[in-house]
Amino acid sequence: MSNTATLIDNLKAEFQLEGNSALKSIKQTAWNTFETLGFPTVKNEEFKYTNFIPATKSNFTLQAKNSISLADFNSIELVKEEANVLVFVNGIFNTKLSNIISSKEEVYIATLAEALTDSKEEALITQHFAQYSNNISDAFTALSTALAKDGVYIHVAPNKVVSKPIVLYFIADTYTEEVFSQPRNLFIFDKNSQATIVESFTSFGNKVSFNNIVTEITVAKDAIIDYYKIQNENEKAYHVGTTQVNQKGNSVFNAVTVTLNGAIVRNNLNVVLDEEHVEANLFGLFLPSGNTHVDNHTIVDHAKPHCNSNELYKGVLDGKSTGVFNGKIFVRKDAQKTNAFQSNKSILLSDEATINTKPQLEIFADDVKCSHGATSGQLDAESLFYLRSRGLSEKSAKAMLVYAFASDVLSNIKIESLKLNLEHKIAEKLAVN
Amino acid sequence: MLSIKNLKASIGDKEILKGLSLDIKPGEVHAIMGPNGAGKSTLSSVLAGRSDYEVTGGSVEFLGKDLLEMSPEDRAREGVFLAFQYPIEIPGVSTTNFLKTAINEIRKHRGQDNLDAVSFLKMMKEKMKTVEIDQSLLSRSLNEGFSGGEKKRNEVFQMAMLEPKLAILDETDSGLDIDALRIVANGVNALRGKDNSFIVITHYQRLLDYIVPDFVHVLYNGKIVKSGTKELALELEEKGYDWIKEENKEAV
Ligand SMILES: Nc1ncnc2c1ncn2[C@@H]1O[C@H](COP(=O)(O)OP(=O)(O)OP(=O)(O)O)[C@@H](O)[C@H]1O
Ligand SMILES: [Mg+2]
Repeated sequence: MSNTATLIDNLKAEFQLEGNSALKSIKQTAWNTFETLGFPTVKNEEFKYTNFIPATKSNFTLQAKNSISLADFNSIELVKEEANVLVFVNGIFNTKLSNIISSKEEVYIATLAEALTDSKEEALITQHFAQYSNNISDAFTALSTALAKDGVYIHVAPNKVVSKPIVLYFIADTYTEEVFSQPRNLFIFDKNSQATIVESFTSFGNKVSFNNIVTEITVAKDAIIDYYKIQNENEKAYHVGTTQVNQKGNSVFNAVTVTLNGAIVRNNLNVVLDEEHVEANLFGLFLPSGNTHVDNHTIVDHAKPHCNSNELYKGVLDGKSTGVFNGKIFVRKDAQKTNAFQSNKSILLSDEATINTKPQLEIFADDVKCSHGATSGQLDAESLFYLRSRGLSEKSAKAMLVYAFASDVLSNIKIESLKLNLEHKIAEKLAVN
Repeated sequence: MLSIKNLKASIGDKEILKGLSLDIKPGEVHAIMGPNGAGKSTLSSVLAGRSDYEVTGGSVEFLGKDLLEMSPEDRAREGVFLAFQYPIEIPGVSTTNFLKTAINEIRKHRGQDNLDAVSFLKMMKEKMKTVEIDQSLLSRSLNEGFSGGEKKRNEVFQMAMLEPKLAILDETDSGLDIDALRIVANGVNALRGKDNSFIVITHYQRLLDYIVPDFVHVLYNGKIVKSGTKELALELEEKGYDWIKEENKEAV
């Protein structure tokens, strides 16, 4: 308890009100909320299986050094195609490793801090910041809002198509210290715009890191957005990531969340289908092993009629790892003609791995099509035998079947090198376990 | 090449192979016939290394090595191939896909270098021609939506690619039309040579018109109860299995 108090004390020392009066007031309220709530314990229903309390007792530095080299960065680069690259080390923007190639015409990309110095963008930030995320009962989000300093701000103007992907690397540098960082992102996609965003999380060194990241995304009418979140941190990395999406009429939002590694990873992906004819596709793949834990919480909120949501999360669990999938679907009273599908399938590669799945459908409209399903089991023994009888080792046969299992999630990644890279990493991972 | 001595195998409490013996020399083709449920597929599964079966007695030597000690993949790498009676479907895994890995793992086992993509494709093309199979079938998920005949042809294609020393064909002719039968036989005959042996399990003598066996055996009630040459197959076709059953009554 006393150590947690220390972290909270340190965070409080960091807390300073900056920005215009509207932002100041949002941050003050958020801080008050965080102080009242504190870090969630397992008594909190939303964190029943996912306990961050022990992690908050680490000896964190809030202003960590940055010793990531270009070689380090090259070793974790995920996208080989030409792309806009923004690198953050321990939550701080790294100019040297970053490279923005798209024109200002096409897209406004800056750090949140920098964007606030531009009066036009500042007005937009003030209008959207913390307006979609849950700053009332979610302590991690409230903490992020209160202490938001740096992160990525993306603004795509109406009818603009950002041809090159925007790839954000959040690197934890734990070579010398235990680090706590809180990047905060805001993406504004105007009417009929298109863009592809990648968020990558990795870590170096073998000390503890804690990442509490919030990304807010607002998708205006007719916009089409692809969003990929890839985690591959070390066994001492704690991660709470919240992506909050608000979609307007006829827009399409495609998300693929892939979790390869991390001590305890919590992904919150919340999408509000806020006008008619919206489409949201949420895909997830998580492959915990050893003693790691991955928790995917999603909320799909059908607020308006005639919207489609489609959700598929797949888990491959090895060792003594544990997984959680909690999928909430709300269909509000006037959201008639809603189509909402959800499926969670898991493969347990070891007898000691477990998965906890909880679909939660709350439907207040009557003319809707909703379904959910969950399965878990081992790899098919017959298929394994078949492949081995052709000369494949047990490992290769397993890897091949896991690939096949994961393929309907990975196939939704439209950046070819990213997909290949992930396939490669999955193969590597299966080969060592 | 293969020497099976007094082999006994059970599944659960049920003994299925009850002391089966069989000797196969390099280059020989042995046909095994016998009524439903006699244990023919059990024998092929035990030889391929399916773990559901427990071997409770006897021995199997393959090219001087104890086959029963080996993992299924090592058996394949040493040169055993089973064309399954009921090939399964594997969604998301294509034939091309796993064959490439299989061939390279087999080559590695034999101390050979990886086959490069060009040579692999060349080999594919050649074998595709032999068994008249289409590329599109090979890039689809294994057996998913394949017709019965296509599944069997795919098994023969895999055999052609892996060039085993001992191929076991478990009712590969069942469900094939006459053309397909000829094609399957072509696949076998193309591989036939002084170092390659075959066990051909079948219910129909007509296959043996295309693949002429050196020996024909009758497997009944978990044992080889009669052996002869190809004339035995004709006799079985004509007379059925009643006389065999009669002869082995006391054994049941
Ligand atoms: N998993 C199992 N559990 C119980 N009995 C089994 C199992 N598998 C096979 N058997 C039994 O073993 C016996 C031999 O089966 P097998 O498949 O080897 O016969 P077969 O000679 O190949 O027959 P067919 O000509 O019909 O293919 C049968 O009586 C069958 O029911
Ligand atoms: Mg059979």
